[in-house]
Amino acid sequence: MNEEKDFYKLEKGIVLLKEKIDGLLLSEDPREREKIPPIKQKIEKKWEKIRPNLTPLHIVQIARHPKRPYTMDYLDYLTDDFMEMHGDRHAGDDPALVTGFGFYRGRTVAFIGHQKGRTTRQRIERNFGQPNPEGYRKALRVMKLAEKFGHPVVTLIDTPGAYPGIKAEEQGQAGAIAYNLKEISRLKIPMVNVVIGEGGSGGALAVGVGDAILMLEYSFYSVISPEGCAAILWKDQKATSQAALSLKMEAKDLMEMGIIEKIIPEPPGGAHIDFEQTFKNVDKTLNQVLKKLESKSPEKRLEERYKKFRKIGVFSEK
Amino acid sequence: MDYLWTRCNNCRRILYKQDIVSNNFVCPACNFHFRLTAIERLSILFDEGKYTLIDQDISPEDPLQFVDNKKYSKRLEENRKKTSLKDAVLNARGKMGGLDVVIAALDFNFMGGSMGSVVGEKITRAAELALKERLPLIIVSCSGGARMQEGVLSLMQLMKTSSAVALLDEAGLPYISVLVDPTTGGVTASFAMLGDINIAEPNALIGFAGPRVIEQTIKEKLPKGFQRSEFLLQHGMLDSVVDRKNLRSYLIRALRLFLNRPA
Ligand SMILES: [Zn+2]
Repeated sequence: MNEEKDFYKLEKGIVLLKEKIDGLLLSEDPREREKIPPIKQKIEKKWEKIRPNLTPLHIVQIARHPKRPYTMDYLDYLTDDFMEMHGDRHAGDDPALVTGFGFYRGRTVAFIGHQKGRTTRQRIERNFGQPNPEGYRKALRVMKLAEKFGHPVVTLIDTPGAYPGIKAEEQGQAGAIAYNLKEISRLKIPMVNVVIGEGGSGGALAVGVGDAILMLEYSFYSVISPEGCAAILWKDQKATSQAALSLKMEAKDLMEMGIIEKIIPEPPGGAHIDFEQTFKNVDKTLNQVLKKLESKSPEKRLEERYKKFRKIGVFSEK
Repeated sequence: MDYLWTRCNNCRRILYKQDIVSNNFVCPACNFHFRLTAIERLSILFDEGKYTLIDQDISPEDPLQFVDNKKYSKRLEENRKKTSLKDAVLNARGKMGGLDVVIAALDFNFMGGSMGSVVGEKITRAAELALKERLPLIIVSCSGGARMQEGVLSLMQLMKTSSAVALLDEAGLPYISVLVDPTTGGVTASFAMLGDINIAEPNALIGFAGPRVIEQTIKEKLPKGFQRSEFLLQHGMLDSVVDRKNLRSYLIRALRLFLNRPA
């Protein structure tokens, strides 16, 4: 890394304030809670100074922050009676991709999301959120189930990428991703993708496309990780920061390129500083977008979905 | 061809170039399949090597103003000069065994056959033309994957092309995917693995992750033959591994069967 300061150093002051709030929330005395709003204001002030100077690499660090809310945290907040479905009926069950059904705002919704572990043990169990072929196949199985019952699909994207392993290749990782894309292109129910953290290449894409893509303010979606890009194009890990800049993978970049529909704002300091505010913001936008999609006919949605991707790409034609 | 003689990449024998060319660019001694340009590929597939190039006016841009050790725009210019191509794919129509077909052939010499906006657009147009004119589609893939210099725009070409070939299913039109050495990354994770049948030339490297990335991840040496055509056939990913000398006749036979058009 160059002179650029680590995000974890930048956010130190904010983290201390957040810890104060967490302490106050635990208190039995209701008067203690009255101390929270002024602390939140302090966080806001600090953030106003930090935010304008954030580099793309800082955004990557926020998106990968170990304290950031993960798929299961969102499911806890957004859904009632979430029931997880396991297995691809083929080779196994992928713990890196969580799938199932829950009630969301009065309707059944199929949820599919990458899950990174919180503790070291969980991280290993979840393979750091890197799916294998059985993950994509399980996801597709649940999408088809949703289609059968006429329920919408919401996916939560947060993965470094597809797992590069021997078994993954033997079991057809590429084909499994490809097949998901093809099947998603004609899925008759509404499908919304929310990038909550890392949108890492094919592992994200296989469940990361649909009628509308929403991105959290400090998430990213990229063809390759900045580290991978630096290694291949610059042949130098030190170029990671430059690669992050060049790849234009932030929410605002994708918005400009016409790839995503909405940017969901994050609370001051990032999603990990205030889970509840983050969930509220996601809930608001997600419900809006879903409602709009639900009001359209399946034929109309499929036509628009095709057109959405059909027009992505920049070239000249003389 | 600057010299009359060349060395086989595989068996290291010194060979007379004309012997390789007349043998479909395959080593007469060891059956090593030399990499073909898109033009060479089209000429060995179509009847009498005759075809019409289509979608020729599409050229790449530099939407991200991408600069690594070199400017992307400069890279494009160098590759244009080197290959006389505008980008890494050629679309063509013509006849195979008397049947009208659309063929898209990727060219590895142009930035490793990588898929950016132009390759994505042309593959999509090839599929849409097949749909409109009710023709079978053949795509010959040869690619290192998505083109990093166009960032997430390249990634989205996976969805765009996969959606396009999906249209052929509903229309009942054949799409045959031919994978040749090497086909990896975003191209295998989209249209190249979505053929009604997927076939490959012998010993082609085909996979999602590159072998070096896998080795670095698992910190082990990879088994011999890993991610080669024969390995994929064994694992059920391919319908057949076809020698180049039989490729044309294989494709014609398959099309005749799918279309119910006996010879
Ligand atoms: Zn040889």
